[in-house]
Amino acid sequence: MKAMYSTRLFLLTLGLVVAGNNVLLAEPKSGYEYIKDETRALQDDDFDNPGMLTVDRGLELFNSLLPGASKRCANCHQQDGEGLDSKSIARYPVVERSTQTITTLQDRIIACTERTGVKALAPDDKNLVALQTYVRHLARGERVAVDTEGLDALLARGEKLYTTRYGLIDMACQHCHVFYPGTMIRGQHISEGMTNGFPAYRLDIGEITTVQQRVQQCLNLMRAEPFASGSEELRLFELYMTVRSNGLAIETPAVRY
Amino acid sequence: MHLARTCSLVVALFFSGLAVAGSGEAQVPVEDYCEWQVTDYEIKEPLCSLKGDSKRGRDIVSDSGRGNCIACHTLPLKHISVYGTIGPSLVDIGKRLNEGQLRLRVADTRQINPMSIMPGFYRHPSLINRPDRRYIGRTFLTAQQVEDVVAYLKALK
Repeated sequence: MKAMYSTRLFLLTLGLVVAGNNVLLAEPKSGYEYIKDETRALQDDDFDNPGMLTVDRGLELFNSLLPGASKRCANCHQQDGEGLDSKSIARYPVVERSTQTITTLQDRIIACTERTGVKALAPDDKNLVALQTYVRHLARGERVAVDTEGLDALLARGEKLYTTRYGLIDMACQHCHVFYPGTMIRGQHISEGMTNGFPAYRLDIGEITTVQQRVQQCLNLMRAEPFASGSEELRLFELYMTVRSNGLAIETPAVRY
Repeated sequence: MHLARTCSLVVALFFSGLAVAGSGEAQVPVEDYCEWQVTDYEIKEPLCSLKGDSKRGRDIVSDSGRGNCIACHTLPLKHISVYGTIGPSLVDIGKRLNEGQLRLRVADTRQINPMSIMPGFYRHPSLINRPDRRYIGRTFLTAQQVEDVVAYLKALK
């Protein structure tokens, strides 16, 4: 009986800790802290880092005319994006408070290129992901700085998504990334699920991967029906997870398993 | 505290290799689900009255598309050198838990610890949120596979 009681107490305490700390960890740790030494070495060397190929491709696109476009990105934002402010890039996703509309960096690039006459780019379009990777890379070293003022309702929805179990494997994001960071899932350390390295190059699939694609990949692994590309749910995941990452230095393009 | 630990003491599996093994598995026809009952924190009766085979169970626990217990637990398998550390070691689990206790922990450990990270390998398919369409109506392991795993674990002494 005593054992039963202490179990309940333990679960209750666990519940409180989770409720209190889920969004804003006191000291979030980058996925960099959890990867293997050789993966870190790969990320640290711009010549070896496979994500830099995408950055280079993004730079090329930034300075050239996209199909249908009347202007290059560089026409407004200067050659190589010199006119872009890295502190502003680090604030994404941004939210229009009056309408509670989330705009991710990717959304911003889609809207921007559309204004130049480009047909709306699909969320998984390789050129779009390359542009996004390049622009985020321009803020490498900046601290993630999403302004959380007035975001309570959206973050509550994000947290709900993050703590809901999905698929046949029936786990929520929090089970690994809140309860078990640092333990091993087979040969890999579980991370805290931070977004500061994204878009990141994933060794497991050999591709550059956005935060939203990473969430879809995790849901596939859970044998769940993933949320569709471009869906509001994925935007909420990205907002919530990036707020959790506030304060961490941007590493794009990180190398992750 | 001690019981909390015991609660998560389980045969777990997790991710990994699902795309490959999962697609093959999903072609097997959907089986009828067998109801089970918890008494004294045990499922005393074998699922669907099936008899387990510990040799088959040993294959299932290290198969990344089926049990994949090794993703989280240590087991005494000669051909596997790397194990996960999320759950407790199961090398002598047969000394600590009886057959009915093992069966409950494999089938649905959340009956004991609702917050457990460990998947339920034999929960009613209607309880699954947003299953991929290939897995609708399915349990994680079949009743026979659960019994095979239980037979294997029971013998770890």
